[in-house]
Amino acid sequence: MNVKTVFILLWVCLIMPPIARAQGFADLGTSAQGFAVPQPDYKLRFPSDHGAHPAFRIEWWYLTANLTGPDQTEYGLQWTLFRTVLSQTSLLQAEDSGWNNGQLWMGHAAVTSPTAHFTAERLARGGIGQAGVTAVPFEAWIDDWVLEGTGSKTPLGAATLRASGIEFAYDMQLQARGPWVLHGQEGYSVKSADGRASHYYSQPFFDISGTLRLPQGVVPVTGQAWLDREWSSSPLAVSQTGWDWFSLSFAGGDKLMAFQVRDQAGRAFTSATWITANGRTTSFGNGALTVTPMHLTSVAGRKVPTQWRLQLEDKGLDIRIDALNPSAWMDVSLPYWEGPVRFTGTHTGRGYLEMTGYE
Amino acid sequence: MTGPVLWALLGHWRRNPLQLFTVLAGLALATALWSGVQAINAEARASYRLAADMLGAADRAQITTRAGGRVSVADYVALRRGGWRVTPVIEGRYDDIRILGIDPLTAPFGGSGLSEFTRADFGAFLTAPGLILGQAEVLERLRGKSLAGFETRPSMAPNTALMDIAVAQKLLEFDAGLTRLMVDPQQPLVQVPLGQIAPHLQLTTPQVGADVARLTGSFHLNLTAFGLLAFAVGIFVVHGAIGLAFEQRRGMIRTLRALGVPLRQLVVVQTLELLCLALVAGTVGMCGGYLMAAALLPDVAATLRGLYGADVSGSLHLRPAWWLSGFAIALLGTGLAAAAGLWQVLRMPLLAAAQSRAWALASRWAARWQAGAALALLALAAILAGFGTGLMAGFALLAALLVGAALALPLLLDQTLAVLGGRAKTATAGWFWADTRQQVPGLSLALMALLLAMAANIGVSTMVSSFRQTFVGFLDQRLAAELYVSAQNPGQAADLQRFLEARVDAVLPVQSVSRQLMGMPVAIYGNRPHATYRDNWQFLQAVPDVWQKIAEGKALIVNEQFFRRAGLQLGQELAIGPDHKRTNSLQIAGVYGDYGNPVGQVVIAERLFKQLYPEVVGQRFGLRLDPSQVSKLRLDLIERFDLPQRNVIDQAQIKALSLAVFERTFTVTAALNVLTLAVAGFAILMSLLTLAGLRLPQLAPVWALGMTRASLAKFEVLRAVILAAFTSLMALGLGLLLAWVLLAVINVEAFGWRLPMDVFPAQYARLGALALLAALLAALWPAWRLVRRSPADLLQVFSNER
Repeated sequence: MNVKTVFILLWVCLIMPPIARAQGFADLGTSAQGFAVPQPDYKLRFPSDHGAHPAFRIEWWYLTANLTGPDQTEYGLQWTLFRTVLSQTSLLQAEDSGWNNGQLWMGHAAVTSPTAHFTAERLARGGIGQAGVTAVPFEAWIDDWVLEGTGSKTPLGAATLRASGIEFAYDMQLQARGPWVLHGQEGYSVKSADGRASHYYSQPFFDISGTLRLPQGVVPVTGQAWLDREWSSSPLAVSQTGWDWFSLSFAGGDKLMAFQVRDQAGRAFTSATWITANGRTTSFGNGALTVTPMHLTSVAGRKVPTQWRLQLEDKGLDIRIDALNPSAWMDVSLPYWEGPVRFTGTHTGRGYLEMTGYE
Repeated sequence: MTGPVLWALLGHWRRNPLQLFTVLAGLALATALWSGVQAINAEARASYRLAADMLGAADRAQITTRAGGRVSVADYVALRRGGWRVTPVIEGRYDDIRILGIDPLTAPFGGSGLSEFTRADFGAFLTAPGLILGQAEVLERLRGKSLAGFETRPSMAPNTALMDIAVAQKLLEFDAGLTRLMVDPQQPLVQVPLGQIAPHLQLTTPQVGADVARLTGSFHLNLTAFGLLAFAVGIFVVHGAIGLAFEQRRGMIRTLRALGVPLRQLVVVQTLELLCLALVAGTVGMCGGYLMAAALLPDVAATLRGLYGADVSGSLHLRPAWWLSGFAIALLGTGLAAAAGLWQVLRMPLLAAAQSRAWALASRWAARWQAGAALALLALAAILAGFGTGLMAGFALLAALLVGAALALPLLLDQTLAVLGGRAKTATAGWFWADTRQQVPGLSLALMALLLAMAANIGVSTMVSSFRQTFVGFLDQRLAAELYVSAQNPGQAADLQRFLEARVDAVLPVQSVSRQLMGMPVAIYGNRPHATYRDNWQFLQAVPDVWQKIAEGKALIVNEQFFRRAGLQLGQELAIGPDHKRTNSLQIAGVYGDYGNPVGQVVIAERLFKQLYPEVVGQRFGLRLDPSQVSKLRLDLIERFDLPQRNVIDQAQIKALSLAVFERTFTVTAALNVLTLAVAGFAILMSLLTLAGLRLPQLAPVWALGMTRASLAKFEVLRAVILAAFTSLMALGLGLLLAWVLLAVINVEAFGWRLPMDVFPAQYARLGALALLAALLAALWPAWRLVRRSPADLLQVFSNER
């Protein structure tokens, strides 16, 4: 997916100040201190790359979905599993190494409606089986939250998805209707002007259906889901403070992944992938995309842009994006905004928006 | 105007420094004893609270295995994957330190352990080599024992170290498994039932009844009672001294009022004066109390640890509430002691005669009132003894008995002396008895203090000695096996048993599970039928052939604590077994004494035990063998099975250890006993000294009739000793009653066992001698002053208008 890396790195640095400060944030891109570093010539392999890459510092399985209820009410759904490394000794450890394992797993789940936003978070360490990912058969889990492949031909062609919090739960089925999509250069996605990058690919063509359990009752829903896979060790520069990431599905069947990474000076590094309905991609490097915040909403004591103008001249795209629920604040260990959006203009459709670094 | 008035009033203390000293010292002593006990209690309670609140465990439900063993990591993961928000805990003792291993990723952030857990610690805590949190003293003891870093947490529970589960696992050499799982009060919407995931696990909601605070409640009530007793004794002293001062200042007050000082101002100034006295004495008392508490706390901590397994900080913290309560008690004491005096000043007519009456002379009305009160209190004590239930009733009984007896003392002494006086043959003897009787009201407060102190001493020492005798006998019964050995794991236990069976007369496994029976924690033991039990165990109540019935799997026996607390009857059926659906009802065939154990116990046959709890593998064994072979076998076992020294313990060692715990338990009681007695001795000395001055007018005529000063002094000493002797006799009776209340009422309520009462005449004789010696010493100084008195002083009496 996008540049959640900053978020993860921020988080890792907050919880591990001795290590991060000693090494300096700016060094992360050069040697990555013994971690593996994304390579431009790396050829992604499936299904093995669906599994974990413990030699890299950070990794995620990130699923968002735009859903519709029987009364045409729109909903958003998020299911995320993050993996990060707490101590490098864990790079050499087996999955069943016990409590000493230095791999740290974090799950976020959310359901958003026009009037409500429910979130939940789970943390676990590797080594005991409480959380992990296996490629074949595919299963990504933390506690009872699970994304489990059910496809007979490909491990992730079809899947079930479950999560539950104090106030909500969901149980969904996924069916892929298109190919896997590689971002950037064959899945090598650059994130900053000085060339920091990650491995990044998506499955934007999932049909999704199932039930949401909400305080007001059980809601059957159907819709479209988007799965992102991304891993890296040092994708961002120290001056980069946050990002705005969009995954958009046009009424005509095409898709767009777009993001900007903001830096302290107010400059942005942008990137986008246009995906046709049959899965062909066009990548746009820094500068092709323009995103402009239009309206700020006060949420959780911060001002967050919940209305955007997004332009991609090469594709004749000029749209206004509105949050379905401007209060979609993820109140987790390190909070951020993530929720479903609608857009109008030269194109119409639905999608997901994530914003970090709004302090 | 206030200044000169205050100055005039203070002049009294300048002329009577001894009186001032008595007031201050008495008040300071009372405050010190009370506040010292309070400081100890506060420290212990704070420790319990911290320990219970560690991880917020006080109000959290827990998941443990039904069999009582460890929860496997696989079960933990299965529960998490079944939707259960639970967090694993590894708990154990290392070098007697409570080691808590937690998983901060799943632990809800609450409780005293984690509330100070900042994000900065998080990474270091979680990643190798880890971080150990605890009080400085705990970390010092762990230094060098773990590679982990240390961070001091002064507000953490005492004797507790908190660390990541991986660090704890290494430190405690926990091969696998978890001590328990703590259940988050908030659970998600979707969850697989516990019985479906792991039927061998059980969910227990927090047991309010079995916590340390409740178990130790009786201990602290005991301490508080002692503190109150000491305070009461101290206030007797102060009351006497202040009462005398007010009495002696009547003349001065009359003069001041005649000079135009308003009554209101006099009262205000006197109140101010008392306030100053209270503050000065309170400060001294608080310092004394602090020192006393600091000196006693290590023993208290050892006691609580030994008796209840409760961790109490060995060092004292100063708490604002404690200071406030200390000064409040000093003020209250002064107020109590001076209320009567102030009242009299208020009501005194302006020009009342300023004669110095003998202070606190009991009028007929006062005597009657006192007799009535004493009778009422003793009647109340009798009623409570007959019908009271509960610990509070027990203490109320104690209080009624003690205060009633103290109030009755002067009247009894008066009557006794009247009878003796009536039988006097010579004029001197007649005078002596009459004069002694006349002195009783003046000395009554000091004598009451002596009575209380001595009775408390006799009562408590009788209890402790009885307890000790019973306990030693009990140890002999219960520790019948010559050698005790603990295996390190179930596999080794089997090897050990095979190895031992050919080498010793009998191997008696010690195997137990912890269960909730009748709503209280109970340890169920499976005993192998053997003559050892038949020969050594004594029952408080039992049916015939009790061991036979147990061996047949038809009956069980219970300890006295459980028997009393659950209100069981001999012959009643009791359902045990791992689940309550399968009824394994056995007849209660016997009740045995189990002194020093806070929890209930049930004993069944080993065969039945194995049937009911197949998961439990006994890892401890008692071995019967020729005593001469013990040390050889011990070394053999240590070498062959590579056992730590502490896993192979001979009988003598355990007995010594148990007795050491016992002795420390009562160190505090003994110390408080001595202090109370010292206060009483001081009270007698002060009373005699102040009376000596007042008595001159009464002695002068006798001297004038021809009795020498030396003889007078001799009679003075004799009088003090005789009064002390009478008081001691009454204290003996009262003390034995007190001992009975402690053993048969308080102990049963507090601990759940009743102790047989033994009498220790030699101890009482020694105490009596000590009391007489104290009285003698107290009387010597005033007597010596009388001998040295110049005849002119005595003659002066006749020239004064009295």
